[in-house]
Amino acid sequence: MVFNKGIKDGLAIGLGYLSVSFSFGIMAVSQGLSWWQAVMVSLFNLTSAGQVAAVGIMGSVGAASLSGGLIEMAVSTFIINLRYSLMGISLSQKTDETMTTPARLVTGFAITDEIFGVASSQEKVSRNYMLGLAVLPIIGWTLGTLLGAVCGNILPDIVTNSLAIGIYGMFVAIVLPVSRKNKSIAIVSIISIVLSIICYYVPLLHEHISSGFAIIICAVVASLIGVFMLPNSESEVATNE
Amino acid sequence: MNNAIYFPLLLVSVLVTYLIRAIPFVLFKKKIENKRVQAFFDYIPYAVLSAMTFPAILYSTNSIISAAVGFVIALILAYRGKSLLVVAIGTCLGAFLTSLLLTLVV
Repeated sequence: MVFNKGIKDGLAIGLGYLSVSFSFGIMAVSQGLSWWQAVMVSLFNLTSAGQVAAVGIMGSVGAASLSGGLIEMAVSTFIINLRYSLMGISLSQKTDETMTTPARLVTGFAITDEIFGVASSQEKVSRNYMLGLAVLPIIGWTLGTLLGAVCGNILPDIVTNSLAIGIYGMFVAIVLPVSRKNKSIAIVSIISIVLSIICYYVPLLHEHISSGFAIIICAVVASLIGVFMLPNSESEVATNE
Repeated sequence: MNNAIYFPLLLVSVLVTYLIRAIPFVLFKKKIENKRVQAFFDYIPYAVLSAMTFPAILYSTNSIISAAVGFVIALILAYRGKSLLVVAIGTCLGAFLTSLLLTLVV
């Protein structure tokens, strides 16, 4: 029964993922991945921002620069997905006795922003609830990627180009509402954007720093500025998102 | 994409992404007490998403004008607290209709 409740709670997330990963599928193919390569990225990573960066690195790495690319991939994926560590620790506070170590090793795979958000709104989080909750988002995320990757070739350019922007729209939808409530997060986000603009438009920086590393540098510097320059009395607001 | 490049990169991204989720979930039972470390973790996701979105969003469609319209619609819908799905669809529609209009006019 708890499993079924999880399935039901996961429906909205799954539908949302279906449309967003459609954009991801198109983007992955535009970076040179085949449809099944794009699908495998989604099935095994199950993360939005991390995958966009990963596919960007895949598209920019040649056979000669593979070892550098692997390091860049490890560092980018680590930094971008670091938030999942905190979510895992936070979720640990709510788990019941069915959440054994093997259960954690399985359900831990499905910690995403949205799944974490729904799960942490529950009184108690059991193994079966997490398993149920993860099913439809995983299916939606993978299926949407497949549809985007395949239909990206069939649909006219004007449609695929317009769909590729969707994933950025989703990022705006994650950042803006939280920034309205939390001034410190708003300021850090703006600093990060300013740094990103500098990295993009200053030719010297644009030529020497890859897009994956630029994102990490901007985000870490902006966050450190936030930690040491801003009051963080409201930091709880962010972890509830 | 060449599989000799794809599979090593995929493996690294999958392993790092999985371990970063699973290890703390298995090992940590206590909440982080250090305020500064906590604040850093609070900021990172939003700083990453912000840097990733801008200015890249402006170059995500075939014209900077349609992308800019999509971006403005995303800002408006997100500001009004619409769901991720609604904002994503609105952004796509805005960019699409603008591209269509540009094609017809030019």
